Amino acid sequence: MLSRTANSIYWMSRYLERADNVARFIDVNTRLILDMGRARQDAQWEPLVLATGDEEEFKSRYTTFDEHSTVKFLTFDKENPNSILSCVQHVRENARTVREIISSEMWENINALYHLVRKHSRKREIDDLQKFLKQVHQATHLFAGLIENTMSHTESWHFARMGRLIERADKTARMLDVKYFLLLPTGETVDSLQDTVEWGAVLKSVSGFEMYRKQFHRAQYKNVTQFLILDEDFPRAINYCINMAARSLMIIVKSLEIENTASQAMSQFQKFLAGATIEDILAIGLHEFIDEIQLKLNTVDQCIYQSFFALKESEATAHKVDKQVS
Amino acid sequence: MDFHGYTTGNFYDELINTDGEPRPDAQQLVEHINALPQHELRNRQKAAERALHQQGITFSVYGDKKGTEKIFPFDVLPRIITSNEWTSLELGMKQRIKALNLFIDDIYNDQKILKDGIIPKDLVLSSECYSPECQGLKPPKGIWIHITGTDLVRDNSGEFYVLEDNLRCPSGISYVLQNRSILKRTLPKAFAAMHARPVSDYGDHLYETLRHIAPAGIDTPNIIVLTPGIYNSAYYEHSFLAQQMGVPLAQGSDLTIIDDHVMLRTTRGFEQVDVIYRRIDDDYLDPQVFNKDSLLGVPGIMECYRKGNVALANAPGTGIADDKAVYAYVPQIIQYYLGEEPIINNVPTYICDDAKARDYVLANLDKLVVKAVNLSGGYGMLIGPVSTPAERAEFAAKIKANPRDYIAQPTLALSRTPTIIDDVIEGRHVDFRPYILYGESIFVLPGGLTRVALTKDSLVVNSSQGGGSKDTWVLGEAADTLNETHSSQATRGSGHA
Repeated sequence: MLSRTANSIYWMSRYLERADNVARFIDVNTRLILDMGRARQDAQWEPLVLATGDEEEFKSRYTTFDEHSTVKFLTFDKENPNSILSCVQHVRENARTVREIISSEMWENINALYHLVRKHSRKREIDDLQKFLKQVHQATHLFAGLIENTMSHTESWHFARMGRLIERADKTARMLDVKYFLLLPTGETVDSLQDTVEWGAVLKSVSGFEMYRKQFHRAQYKNVTQFLILDEDFPRAINYCINMAARSLMIIVKSLEIENTASQAMSQFQKFLAGATIEDILAIGLHEFIDEIQLKLNTVDQCIYQSFFALKESEATAHKVDKQVS
Repeated sequence: MDFHGYTTGNFYDELINTDGEPRPDAQQLVEHINALPQHELRNRQKAAERALHQQGITFSVYGDKKGTEKIFPFDVLPRIITSNEWTSLELGMKQRIKALNLFIDDIYNDQKILKDGIIPKDLVLSSECYSPECQGLKPPKGIWIHITGTDLVRDNSGEFYVLEDNLRCPSGISYVLQNRSILKRTLPKAFAAMHARPVSDYGDHLYETLRHIAPAGIDTPNIIVLTPGIYNSAYYEHSFLAQQMGVPLAQGSDLTIIDDHVMLRTTRGFEQVDVIYRRIDDDYLDPQVFNKDSLLGVPGIMECYRKGNVALANAPGTGIADDKAVYAYVPQIIQYYLGEEPIINNVPTYICDDAKARDYVLANLDKLVVKAVNLSGGYGMLIGPVSTPAERAEFAAKIKANPRDYIAQPTLALSRTPTIIDDVIEGRHVDFRPYILYGESIFVLPGGLTRVALTKDSLVVNSSQGGGSKDTWVLGEAADTLNETHSSQATRGSGHA
């Protein structure tokens, strides 16, 4: 397939996952706030912006981290490149450039999501934030079903899946960080009733509470962290995401038969996660460990770009001319 | 909403006779519409518009910085072309395309028609659309105009005329296919009963047309569609056609030249491209040969083309036969190359470069339509009867300054067809664009784009200027009475669309 097309389908998928996860960020925060004492509610929204990494962007246009500003920044702020509105615009823009690759059903689903978000963004106030966030989740779930069932699982499908999983791993890590920023676990609060409630909210925001309970029953710091980082079977756990992304990468590389740097970076990442235990993570510190994960994600992303999307003129002779239509 | 109270005015109407009765071939359609419950037609119109919106079938408006997308207005009442009408149109289009192809080939090679004095040499060689760069080109299989979308109009007598040939990058075919797919859901029963001929195999025909011109020895060529990109007003169509054929949609930046071969940048490395359906105008195709500032094209692609390493559809240079002054000579062109009388006539045309014709045009600006020879899409046009004195003065000055750049034609009373306007059915003026593919043989798709001027009394059907579109039903045989076997099969078939 075209390098540009592969890039677009990868980013279409990443931005859709990002939009969904920003909705999940807001969701987890509103859930948390409901269970909090009044005093802490005020300090509640800043960590959300910190976790998205767009603090500078926020500060350039807003004065306080109150609910209204934060939610606006994360949902419909056109100038925030990672607001839900911006993400969905990127999704649609990328989908337009690969419209002949994806199925009509996928395109129509994205188009409908775009119109939904645009419609809400034109209102002065969101009348029902929870409902809106849920609609974003539903559209993303629908898309996941459509891409699974209406598109051949060829190279382009694997680029889409890889994009989705890499983005998801990044966002699960950041979600954990929200909780970390929010409440630095100290001797007294760890696994207190308050802490349990808050970890429960984090799990709910990734639709993971029910699956978690089957293994660990009670929402405790250590177990939740282990579940969301190291679990091999839960689809939002970082370890699961990376293993599946690696599988897609392997299939892509195998079908293309080309030299690439992404495979090595990915396999190093897999080994890093496979070798880690929850005790290691706690010893290093959750925040520090998440930093390491994000560095590795960036490396993998860069290698994917270099290997598949950025094809330089000078490489012309390195590849043998191939007549096969991709 | 129904046909009661509908009047044809003083115009030829596509569905209704002057006595107010439906034309025989439109009878079933009209009865079907009249039998719908109140508001049902309106509901179906709304549903069709919603479907277009959901499918994101939109075009972007030039000059709009936000890149606003609009739905191409669509009217659910189809236009009908009878089997007999179609037979003659089909023959006429084939004749015309064959002759024009020979003409273009002659102009860029021997120029016999100029030497024989059939067309003034200066008229052709002075055309902005004449490309000296194409002199001596020998396109694969001698075909220059692979894809054409000819604009036809009908006058008061019901006779069809060719208005423009559109031999470069005609657009609109995606709307033909989408309109049909939507209309099959909107009026399934009427559609099934009337045996309209299918258009959905256009993609297969297009693919075969392109495969036919692949360089010798390549049986399964790498075919691509080349688009200027997502900001082009016809981008939707480009991606649609790539999808219909299952071929990659590329931009100029996806292509590079290696050893005089066009190569596609893929995840696998570079892949050779054999046939390009390019939707980029000549001017932007190759900055080394045409417009030096173009960032859309592929530098060096013309050299690959000249060497026969890649085929282009349409060939560069075909615009010469689109020049509206050259158009005036198409009847002579048909006579010269085929020894035949044109089956479909031209609209009478005054070439302003000719002093006598110019004097007539200048004296009758209020009655004529004046057009710039090198523009299409309703741009650069004066419609005399609805113009202001100031506009006429402006055009008079333009004509005097650059007579070669203008032609004039009598204002035709374009035919009308019933169209939904708010809550009533009213007559609106239409034209018709059939699509012709020139591959192993010449194929005319039995259907086409009917464009409708939605503004009352307007004669301008272009989408950029308030025009909409309709599905066009080319009837197979004379629409027979409901035959049970036929209708049940057809209904089943339409359910899949």
